[in-house]
Amino acid sequence: MAGNLLHPLEIDVLSCNTWGMYGNDFPADDTSGGLLGEVEAAETALREAAERGRHGAVGADPAAYFAEVIAADQKVEPRDWMPEAYRATLIRQIAQHAHSEIIGMQPEGNWITRAPSLKRKAILLAKVQDEAGHGLYLYAAAETLGVSRDELVDLLLSGRQKYSSIFNYPTLSWADMGTIGWLVDGAAIVNQVPLCRCSYGPYARAMIRICKEESFHQRQGYEILYTLAHGTPAQREMAQESVNRWWYPSLAMFGPPDTDSTHSAQSMAWKIKRFSNDELRQRFVDMCVGQAEVLGLTLPDPALRWNDERGAYDFTQPDYAELMRVIKGAGPCNRQRMEHRRRAHREGAWVRAAAAAYAAKQANKKEQASKKEKVA
Amino acid sequence: MTAQAEQTAPGAMPATTLTVPGAVTHRFDFVLGLADDALVAAQRLAQWCTRGPEMEEDIALSNIALDQLGAARLLLTYAGEVEGAGRDEDALAYRRDDREFRNCLLVELPNGDFALTMAKLLFLAAYQVPLYTALAGCGDERLAAIGAKARKESAYHLDHASLWVRRLGDGTDESHRRMQAAVDEVWPYTHELLAPDPTAPVDPATLRVDFDSVVSGVLAEATLTVPETAWKPDGGRSGVHTEHLSYLLAELQVLHRAHPGASW
Repeated sequence: MAGNLLHPLEIDVLSCNTWGMYGNDFPADDTSGGLLGEVEAAETALREAAERGRHGAVGADPAAYFAEVIAADQKVEPRDWMPEAYRATLIRQIAQHAHSEIIGMQPEGNWITRAPSLKRKAILLAKVQDEAGHGLYLYAAAETLGVSRDELVDLLLSGRQKYSSIFNYPTLSWADMGTIGWLVDGAAIVNQVPLCRCSYGPYARAMIRICKEESFHQRQGYEILYTLAHGTPAQREMAQESVNRWWYPSLAMFGPPDTDSTHSAQSMAWKIKRFSNDELRQRFVDMCVGQAEVLGLTLPDPALRWNDERGAYDFTQPDYAELMRVIKGAGPCNRQRMEHRRRAHREGAWVRAAAAAYAAKQANKKEQASKKEKVA
Repeated sequence: MTAQAEQTAPGAMPATTLTVPGAVTHRFDFVLGLADDALVAAQRLAQWCTRGPEMEEDIALSNIALDQLGAARLLLTYAGEVEGAGRDEDALAYRRDDREFRNCLLVELPNGDFALTMAKLLFLAAYQVPLYTALAGCGDERLAAIGAKARKESAYHLDHASLWVRRLGDGTDESHRRMQAAVDEVWPYTHELLAPDPTAPVDPATLRVDFDSVVSGVLAEATLTVPETAWKPDGGRSGVHTEHLSYLLAELQVLHRAHPGASW
């Protein structure tokens, strides 16, 4: 794509509102119904919008037409005119989501070879494989906006685009496989379900598919924690210790408080984003409290209590200064995650070169063969 | 295990197939050999996860690892039933020491570079395809069912490995050099796969023709050669392994063994 678009794709640390876009699915039965129901509803709305067709023609004023499409809750499609800032915002957001899927494979990949039963090993391996698939799917969605996957991977490897900072925390115990499913995937899906109604068609459709697939992930995480919490004293302790470590970083996945999130207003007007960071964070907390009770685990917040007036739980905010430090590179695993990805890319270079050389040779052979045929 | 297994197993197996003294132990060892090949191969392939040369390859290698793991679970469960001592798939995977593992040496060799992994996968799949195909028609119903399922998966593994061996062998100078080095290193370990076992449900020696024909075809297309060496390392089927297996099992078993009796 045009070089001048690359600059706005680089992350703007202070205003980025896409931290939590990585994600997954939904909690156990009591709440998954609600959110998966929203995914279904979004899919129905998408189909209805397609059947209605879009009003009028592009005409002389593409900007006015774009505004009409947004206002009518229709979808913007790849070939449509769109404001450059809309395009850049989407590329950045979808790319960061894709990077998050790819980098997010590492913390869970860390436990595949040590999974404590063959069944758990198979489920975890399948889950990490799904994440790779989601990453590829999202890169393809970004490519509809005129940027190549190679360019985006380069932006990740050179540190000019980011991934969800949650993956800069280490997975120190098996229980973390459960907690990541429950809290991290849970937070991600709270973020992602509204994206199923995003105004950009390819992203909305990708999110519908991804949200559906990832409901399995969330469930398996919750089930791991449930099993541990009802297991031996050592397993129980492992589960509680893990929840203690991941609770506040999970709350931080929704990004800074609304007062500090400057991109939100424009994204909301474009119907890329539908709810504010704080609204989504509250929704997540309200959802987790009951689930923690079922698990028999304690959320590490002594101030957590029901507020009758607000009809929601009061809770302690995460440490946003820590969030900023992690985003800027000072988290426990930033360097490790990036070096791991860079090494895989670097060590695979000769393999990719061989595949390209082989493909060129084969194409050449075919060409020679068809020339011979013509001569004959 | 032997005395107890022979006493309890006749209930678990059709008596007609196991009338020969020692047949239960032999059947157990045979099934365990297949199971451990698949389990150890899965563990090695899973180590590639997040490290593949392309994102698509991460998915493909995970997929193959999942297939091998799936076959391993079916085979371990069956081995436990043949033995009749109440051991399930996890008891067999997590609570045996290296000397009790019956896998071939090929699968336990470290991953090395991508060429070495593809050489290992090519030889393993070229062995597993005719093996599972033959098992699908053998008289043991359980093995026949597992073989019928696994042979389709192995056909994909063979296809995938063949494609990469051709690409790397006939790609760049560097990839050719690496691929040839990988074949040279791994080739001697293929002999153990095809060692005769005339009383097994499928005698591995009978797979030699298929194996040779597939492998020589792929290597020729890939502009690669088979090394001339008389070295034929073995011992895996009797539990005498390379130094690598114990480390692999230490990683695989560490968490399970740290919590005796726990459920996961």
